[in-house]
Amino acid sequence: MTHGRTRPSSDSFDLIALVVAADVPMPTVGLEPEHYVVLKLARQPISVAEIAAHSDLPVGVVRILLDDLRAAGCVQVKAPMSVAKMPNTRVLRAVINGLRAL
Amino acid sequence: MDEIPYAIKILIAGGFGAGKTTMVGSVSEIEPLRTEEVITAESVGIDDLAGVEEKTTTTVAMDFGRITLNDGLVLYLFGTPGQDRFWFMWDELSLGAVGAVVLADTRRLADCFPSIDYFEQRGTPFIVAVNCFDGAKEYKPEDVRIALDLDDHVPVLLCDARRRESSKDVLINLVEYVLQRFSGELENTSEAMA
Repeated sequence: MTHGRTRPSSDSFDLIALVVAADVPMPTVGLEPEHYVVLKLARQPISVAEIAAHSDLPVGVVRILLDDLRAAGCVQVKAPMSVAKMPNTRVLRAVINGLRAL
Repeated sequence: MDEIPYAIKILIAGGFGAGKTTMVGSVSEIEPLRTEEVITAESVGIDDLAGVEEKTTTTVAMDFGRITLNDGLVLYLFGTPGQDRFWFMWDELSLGAVGAVVLADTRRLADCFPSIDYFEQRGTPFIVAVNCFDGAKEYKPEDVRIALDLDDHVPVLLCDARRRESSKDVLINLVEYVLQRFSGELENTSEAMA
């Protein structure tokens, strides 16, 4: 399914990078069944970790499948917010408010 | 891509059986999920596999949960893999994390030393939450602070990881602490520049 690859071509698929299927018709050639599993899971924004858990595939494999899907223009990926690197008090306050409202 | 929310993460660390997955489960809006990373011995570093020449694969499992905070912000909680030889996984997990909760079990307080050392060295903000198991000896937070030799600024609180409200409080305390630390740093910077 990964054609022997063990790493994606880029490093951008953090465990909590959020993925959503692009609004394009599903390609009918060149993809493995697992690609379609990933695409179906990504109808709503979903993290790389969740895709791995729901598809029962190792995270490393999911990263490679996502790499293919992104190259084919089938998914959009949003990198997570790095709070540690860029202290963002507005975000931290939003987190506190969100938790209090639970 | 405005429709995709931002994701952030908080780590839940502590020794084996300290209640990490319990805490993730008590506040998560989804049943805790498990993700597995298959790794080869090459990337495992110095551990029991030293001397074993052939490539060995190991599976590291991580439990995690999700909390949707608002339309644009999703919080993921990751229970850190317990075994010391999976430290390299922690590097990936702690990258960009808001901070960490170190769960302490007073029956095995020493079990959380490795987590504390790790976050101190890495500069990841953390708080210590003492999980009060039934029948566990009642400790005062100050006793735990002394036993763990924690800096004065590190918050220590008691919790019951099984209870949603209690786990929520722990997370709120962590983020307030992070906010306070960042504000402190910003003040120090502006003082230094004045």
